[in-house]
Formats: sequence, C-alpha cells, structure tokens
Amino acid sequence: MMNKHLQLSRSRTILFRNIFLYVFLTIASITCILPLLWMISTSLKSGNIIFDIPPKWLPDGFHFENYVKAVVDISYFRYFLNTAIITGFRIFAEVFVSSLVAFGFAKFSFPGKNIWFFILLSTIMLPGEVMLIPIFQMFSTLGWVNTFLPLIVPAFFGGQAVFIFLLRQFFMSQPEELMEAATIDGATKLGIFYKIYLPISKPALITVGIFSFQGSWNDLMGPLIYLNDSEKFTLQLGLAMFNGVTKVQWGPLMAASILTLVPVLIVFFFAQKYFTEGISFSAIKG
Amino acid sequence: MKKFMNKYEGFFFILPWVLGFILFTFIPLISALYLGFTDSNSITTPKFIGFKNYINLFHDNEFISSLVVTVKYAIFAIPLGILSSMTLATLLNSKIKGVYLFRTILYLPAVASGVSISLLWRWILDKNLGLLNLILSKVGIDGPGWLSEPNWVLPSYVLIALWGAGGGMLTYLAGLQDVPRSLYESAEIDGAGWFKKFIKITVPMLSPVIFYNVIMGLVGSFRKFSDAYIIGGAGNQGRFYMIYLYENAFNYFKMGYATAMAWILFLIILALSLLTFKSSSLWVFYNSSDKGKGKKQGLLHRKQKKDGNTQ
Repeated sequence: MMNKHLQLSRSRTILFRNIFLYVFLTIASITCILPLLWMISTSLKSGNIIFDIPPKWLPDGFHFENYVKAVVDISYFRYFLNTAIITGFRIFAEVFVSSLVAFGFAKFSFPGKNIWFFILLSTIMLPGEVMLIPIFQMFSTLGWVNTFLPLIVPAFFGGQAVFIFLLRQFFMSQPEELMEAATIDGATKLGIFYKIYLPISKPALITVGIFSFQGSWNDLMGPLIYLNDSEKFTLQLGLAMFNGVTKVQWGPLMAASILTLVPVLIVFFFAQKYFTEGISFSAIKG
Repeated sequence: MKKFMNKYEGFFFILPWVLGFILFTFIPLISALYLGFTDSNSITTPKFIGFKNYINLFHDNEFISSLVVTVKYAIFAIPLGILSSMTLATLLNSKIKGVYLFRTILYLPAVASGVSISLLWRWILDKNLGLLNLILSKVGIDGPGWLSEPNWVLPSYVLIALWGAGGGMLTYLAGLQDVPRSLYESAEIDGAGWFKKFIKITVPMLSPVIFYNVIMGLVGSFRKFSDAYIIGGAGNQGRFYMIYLYENAFNYFKMGYATAMAWILFLIILALSLLTFKSSSLWVFYNSSDKGKGKKQGLLHRKQKKDGNTQ
C-alpha cells in the first residue's frame, strides 16, 4: 500500500520532469532555428515588403528572383569556383601532409624527435596573428598578393599543428604488430603508410578533412588580406563586400548567404559522426 | 649511408612540417620581433625605434578602447556561455525520446557559421526591420537599436555568442558520458536533489571540460575578427582587438605598430592561459580511473550495433 503510493508519486515526478524537459528543449530549439527561418523568409520576400514596419513574418509569395539576383549581382558561380579551388587544395594538402607528418611522429624514433614534437605542441598555443604581418610581407615580396598561392601553399607544409597531433594520437593507438608484419614482408615505410595506415585511418582523416573544409570555406581574413581583384574573391569575401554598400538589399543578400551556407550544412549532415568525434576528442584529450 | 637513412627515416616524414615551421613560424616570428621595434609603414624605410610602439599603444585611446571592448565581451560571454552549454548538456544527457533530434537542432548554430551568419545577425538586430525587435514588440517591449546604440552593442555580441552555445554543449555531453551513473544513483539514495547533484557531481566531473572552454573562450575573444568585421556596432563598441590590429596593418599600413599589438595579444593570451592553468589545481578535478570506455554512445546519433541486430 505504502509502496504503491511511493511508486505513484515517483512516476508523477518523472512525468513532471519530462514535461519540463520537453518544454524547455522545445523553446531552446525554436530559438536556434528561428534566425535561420528568418533568413529563408527574408530571401523569399519581394523588395517592397522587406522594408515594411512592423516586419512581416512570412514572405509575400516565393520571390525566387532574389536568388537569381544573388547569383548574378554577387557573381556567385565565380566566387564559388574560387572558393572551391582554394578549399580543395587545402583539404587535400592538410589531410595528406599532416597524416604523413603524424605518421613520422607516431611510428619512428629518430634523434631529435622529442624536441620537434615539443615544438609542434608549443605552436598549437601560439596565435597565428603574431606571424600575420611578416608572412604578409614575405608573400608580398614574392609577388604572390592577389593570387591564391598565399592561401594554399602553407597547407602543403604540414597544415595545422592540431591536425598533426590528432592524427598522431590515432596512429599511436594502432597495434605495433601491423608495422612489424609489413616490414618483415619487405614493404617500404612509405608503402606501409600509404597502403596500410591511410586506409585504416579513414575516420580520423575524414574528421581532419571536415575541420579543414570548414576552416577554409569560412575563412574571411585570409582572402580579405590577400585578394584585391573582385574576379578572385571567395564567397565569404564577396558577401563581406556586399555588406559594405550603403543601401543593403537584404533579399538578395540573404539568398546569397543561404547559398554560401548550404555546402557547409550538407557536409555537416553527411558527416555528423566525424564532426562530433573530433570535437569530443579535442575537448577530452586536448 | 643506408644506416643514416634508416636512422633518419622518420625525419623525412616530418620534414614538410619542419620546413613549414621554419618558413611560416620561426622566420616570421623573428622578423615580427624586430618589426615590433620599427616604424615600418610601407612608405619610408623602416627605422628602429625601440619600445616606442609599445609606449604609444598605451597612450592610444582607440587601442585601450578595443582592449576594453574585448575584455568586457570575454567577462560576459564566457561564463554565460559555459552556463548555458552546460545546462543544455545536462538536460540532453537524459534518455528521453527525440533526444538526438534536440541535440542536432541545438548544435546547428555551431555549424552554421561564417559571413552568412554574421550578415543574418546584422539583419536580425536591425532596430526597425529586425526579427528580434519584432518578437519583443509582441510581448510589449519596445526594443532598442541593438547595433546603433553604443550601450547595446556588447549585449548584442553576447547574445550572438549564446546562440552558438550548442557548440560548447557537445564538449560537455562528451564529458558527461565519462561520469559513472553510480555516482548519481548513490546521491539519489542519499536524497540529493537535482541542484545538489549538479553542483556536487556534474560540475566537478566536468571541470576539465570547463577548463578547456575557458581557455578556448579567452583565446576566441582576443582573436575575434570576422563577425565583428561584418557586424560592427555604434560608438566603436564593436571594434574588438583584432579589428583594430587589422585596421592598423592593412588600412593605415602601420605594420610596426600592428605587430607590436600582435605581441601584446600573444602576451595577454599566454598570461591568461597560464593563470587559468595555475589556478586549475584549485578547481579542476581529473578523474584518474579509466572507466566506461568502449560503451560510449554517439553524441548526435545512436551508434549502430556491430553485430547486425539492428537490421
């Protein structure tokens, strides 16, 4: 009798707790999504109703001409292509070179290794801003300003220290026998790296690739500093330049913003797992 | 020769990075050290002027203002961000239906980033045409000019940071999976309520993650550039440290001056990190036992079972 009463009150607390949870989480979710819905709504509004006071929640029909305008006025395709070229090279270089370097740190012993590794770790904490101006002057002496080279070439020299660190941890966790067995079979170290370690490291490589993609796709400061010619702009820079004009046309601008955001969202939805694993890795082990 | 090759084989693997370190870190670092002591302005040949840049900076009101804006932002955005991310993570750590959907939605703002989102916020925060004041007007509040009134610029930036709290949430969720359930169960037997459990178990167990987020938040505030570049704000209240550095370097071409700013940025980040690190022994609790490995759930999705029973 007593027991039954206790159980009843307990299940009632759980019920109340769950109702509270759902209400709270629903409000939080709406808060997260509403700005994005507003973005879509604005991108479909006609030029007139955007300046209505008070603003309208919903668009007056579907004004896809904003998207056409975005593509034409902001030269979306040109910027997309530029961004894709830079991002493509950077992902390839950062994934490949940082895994090569990580392999060297994980599976070999050579004189000076610990010192180099210590230097690698210290560069993680070093803000890149300190080197920003000397590197700019260096590229400018080379005549590389207003080309993609300053944005691409550094990636071929190891990419980011965090990527190397992350991949090193991954290689270290692989069994030592793998390396030994392949060495006995007479494979070269480079061959072992390429034929055995790269294929089994796919998840880690994808994680690094995604962070490289996100960093490169969203980079504003690099293109802002190095690219002057509007023909060479990336999407982020193109959008930023449109922000500067005196009378902002919010409809086309929001349409262009959506078109710029969509590739990132697509990558996220297809590679969620790798995204989250990378984040929990850096927070727990980092 | 062959012996040498064998001994140094690993070095050839790390060679690209070693070269990169020399070219893009070591040499620039040395030249930055010198550059900070010159009046380099890309018109006249640079002259060595000793500590003059550093002395001038502390008499430069705009520099002080950018520093104050950045520090104020950090003071509000970091603790509020940690609190909201941790609250969300705690709530989402329960086994209710649809929890993965909620996690994905709440994480979405952290993924949606770049100039697009900064532009969106400029638009949402518009005094007359923006979404935020539209919502406020529905509950009878006459919203301020978020970006056009100097006093409301800082709250705007904090608000934007809180919208992205889902990014931090994920790090706490990952941390929570390492907290043994038995701790909560024995606390419940002792009659502890949710608040007590949160303060006595969740916070200490998550302290390493909090530590990580404090450091990242500090570094992030001082490196804040792209959204502040787009969003701006009245009365220079949106002119963060990096914005002023960028303006000096690439608008006024005061390369020496801007480099001196970069060194101060480095020292500030270093000092704050060391301070956080030193104080960590007082409040960060590292759980030494290594339990719960291998039965981790996915964060945004259910992990598929490997035995094929799921089909």
